[in-house]
Amino acid sequence: MNFIAIQSIYKFEMSRWFRTVGQSILSPVISTSLYFVVFGAAIGSRFGESIGGDGGSTVSYGSFIVPGLIMLMLLTQSTANASFGIYFPKFTGTIYEIMSAPVSYLEIVAGYVGAAATKSILLGLIILVTANLFVPVHIVHPVWMILFLLLTAGTFSLLGFIIGIWADGFEKLQLVPMLIITPLTFLGGTFYAIEMLPPVWQKLALLNPVVYLVSGFRWSFYGISDVSIGLSLGMTLVFLGACLVIVARIFQTGYRLKQ
Amino acid sequence: MQPIISIQGISKTYRPRGKVGAFQALKPIDLEIQNGEIFALLGPNGAGKTTLISIICGLVNATTGTVTVAGHDIVRDYRAVRRLIGLVPQELHTDAFETVWKTATHSRGLWGMPRNDAHIEKVLRDLTLWEKKDNRVMMLSGGMKRRLMIAKALAHEPKVLFLDEPTAGVDVELRQDMWNLVRSLRAGGVTVILTTHYIQEAEQMADRIGVINKGSLILVENKAALMHKLGRKQLNLRLHQKIETVPGSLAPYKLAIAADGMELVYVYDTEAEHSDITMLLQDLATAGIGFKDLVTKQSSLEEIFVGLVREQK
Ligand SMILES: Nc1ncnc2c1ncn2[C@@H]1O[C@H](COP(=O)(O)OP(=O)(O)OP(=O)(O)O)[C@@H](O)[C@H]1O
Ligand SMILES: [Mg+2]
Repeated sequence: MNFIAIQSIYKFEMSRWFRTVGQSILSPVISTSLYFVVFGAAIGSRFGESIGGDGGSTVSYGSFIVPGLIMLMLLTQSTANASFGIYFPKFTGTIYEIMSAPVSYLEIVAGYVGAAATKSILLGLIILVTANLFVPVHIVHPVWMILFLLLTAGTFSLLGFIIGIWADGFEKLQLVPMLIITPLTFLGGTFYAIEMLPPVWQKLALLNPVVYLVSGFRWSFYGISDVSIGLSLGMTLVFLGACLVIVARIFQTGYRLKQ
Repeated sequence: MQPIISIQGISKTYRPRGKVGAFQALKPIDLEIQNGEIFALLGPNGAGKTTLISIICGLVNATTGTVTVAGHDIVRDYRAVRRLIGLVPQELHTDAFETVWKTATHSRGLWGMPRNDAHIEKVLRDLTLWEKKDNRVMMLSGGMKRRLMIAKALAHEPKVLFLDEPTAGVDVELRQDMWNLVRSLRAGGVTVILTTHYIQEAEQMADRIGVINKGSLILVENKAALMHKLGRKQLNLRLHQKIETVPGSLAPYKLAIAADGMELVYVYDTEAEHSDITMLLQDLATAGIGFKDLVTKQSSLEEIFVGLVREQK
C-alpha cells in the first residue's frame, strides 16, 4: 500500500475544502435552522406532538426529524463532495498525474472518498449541534449512531465518486443528485415515520434504500425504527458493497478514465 | 548500454464512444530507448507522439503490443514502472487555486516518497520558480506553468523523464536554461524522451532521433546520421531579369526556374563536405545573371517526411 499517496490525496482534497470552509459550513447550518423555523411555523402546535416508538418510547416531532435532516445532509453532501472531487481534476486535466502515479485504484478511492466522507461527517455533526439548539436531542445508541454515520458517508461518497467519473459535464454532475438522491431522501422517511403512510405506499417505500438508512440512524437516536436494525445495517452494507464493485470495475476497464 | 524502455508491437486504435469510425493513431511500433540517453521523437501534428508517450505512462491503453521499463511490464508491474517515470504532458494542466509549493510537494507524495523540502527547493530553484513558491498557480505566466509541470515531474526524482513538447510557449533564454537542465539530468543518469516539431531542437538536444509520421516510426538514427539525411536546404534567388532557360554552364547545379522566370531555386545539402554556394554565385556572375535578393529555407518537416516515406518504398 502506498499510504503516503493516500495521505497526500486526502490532505490535498481537505485543503481545497478548508479554503472555502466558511461557505461550506454556513449553508448547512442556515438550511437546518430554516427547516426548524419553517416547520415550526407551518405545523405550529403539532410540532411538539409525540410519535411513538415500538418500545413504548415517544419523541416529539421536532426531535423526530433531526436524524432525518442529518441523513439528508449526509447523503447530498457526500455525493456532491465526492463527485466534484474527482470530476474537477478530470475537467482541468490534472488527473493525468494521478493516472500516471504508482497508485492503485484502492488508494485513489481511499484518498478521495475518505476526504469526501470526512467533510460530510463534519457537517453532520455541525447539524446535530445546530438542531440541539432548537429541539431536545438525545442519543440512545451512540456507537450505532457513529457506525451509521460512517457507513452512510462512506457509501454515498463512493456513489458520488462513481457519478464524478461517469459525468462528462457539469449538468450530469447535478443530474443524479437532483433526480434520484434528493427525491429518494424526501420519500425515505426523513420527515415522517413510514407507518404514517397508506398501506400500499408503505410497501413501495421498502424499495427505497434510503428508508433503511434513515430508519437505522433514527433508531440509534431514539430507539424507534420503521424496519429492524439488522435489516437496516444489512441493506447499508449491500449498498456499500455494490458501490465498491462498480468502482473496481471502473478502474479495471479504465471506464471514462483511459482511452 | 542496455535498453531501459523496450517497446514491442505497440499500436493504438482510438474508438470514439457512441460514434462509429475507429482511428488508428499508431501502427505497430518497435523501439528501444537506451539507458541514459536523450531521445527525441520528431514528427508533425497528429503523428502519434503524445499517444505513444501516454501508453508508456499509463494514460492510454495500447490496442496491441507490450512495453517494459527497466524489465517491468507497464500493465502488470505498473507500480514498479511508474515509480521510475516522470511525465510532463503537452497541455498545461494545473491546480489553479493551489500554491506552487503545495502542488510540487503533492506530486512527491503521490509517488509515495517521504517529504523532502530540500529536494523540492532545489527543483524549484533549478526551474527559476523559487520566488513564486507561495503564489497560486493561476498567478503564473504560461511559461512558468510549463516549468511548474516540469518541477512536479522532477519532485519525485524519476529515472526516466518524458517531456512532451517542453519548449512550447517558453522564451529563448529559458529554453536554453531548460536544455541545460535536461543535460544535467542526463549527467545524473536520467533517461530523457522528448517530443518536438522542430528539427533544430532535436538536433540541439538529442543523442538519437526517431522520426514519426502518421502513426509510423519512419526511422530511428543517431543524430549525426539523421542530420545528414535531413539537412537539405533551398536557396531562392530573386533575379533582376526574367530568364527563360538556365544557361548550360550552370547545369551541374540542377537549378529550377520559379516565379515565372523571376526566380532560380537551388537545393543543397548543409552537411556536405563542401557547400557549392560560393561557386554557384561566382558562376552566376560569370553567366551575367544578376539577383537582387536571396532567401534560404530549410525544407519543412512535412516535405522531409514525404521524401523519407518515398525513399523507404
Ligand atoms: N482521445 C482521442 N480520441 C480520438 N483520436 C485521438 C485521441 N487522441 C489523439 N487522437 C488522434 O490520434 C492522432 C495522434 O495524436 P497525438 O496526440 O498522439 O499526436 P501528436 O504527435 O502528439 O501531435 P501534436 O504534435 O499535435 O501534439 C491524431 O490524429 C489525433 O487526432
Ligand atoms: Mg502531442
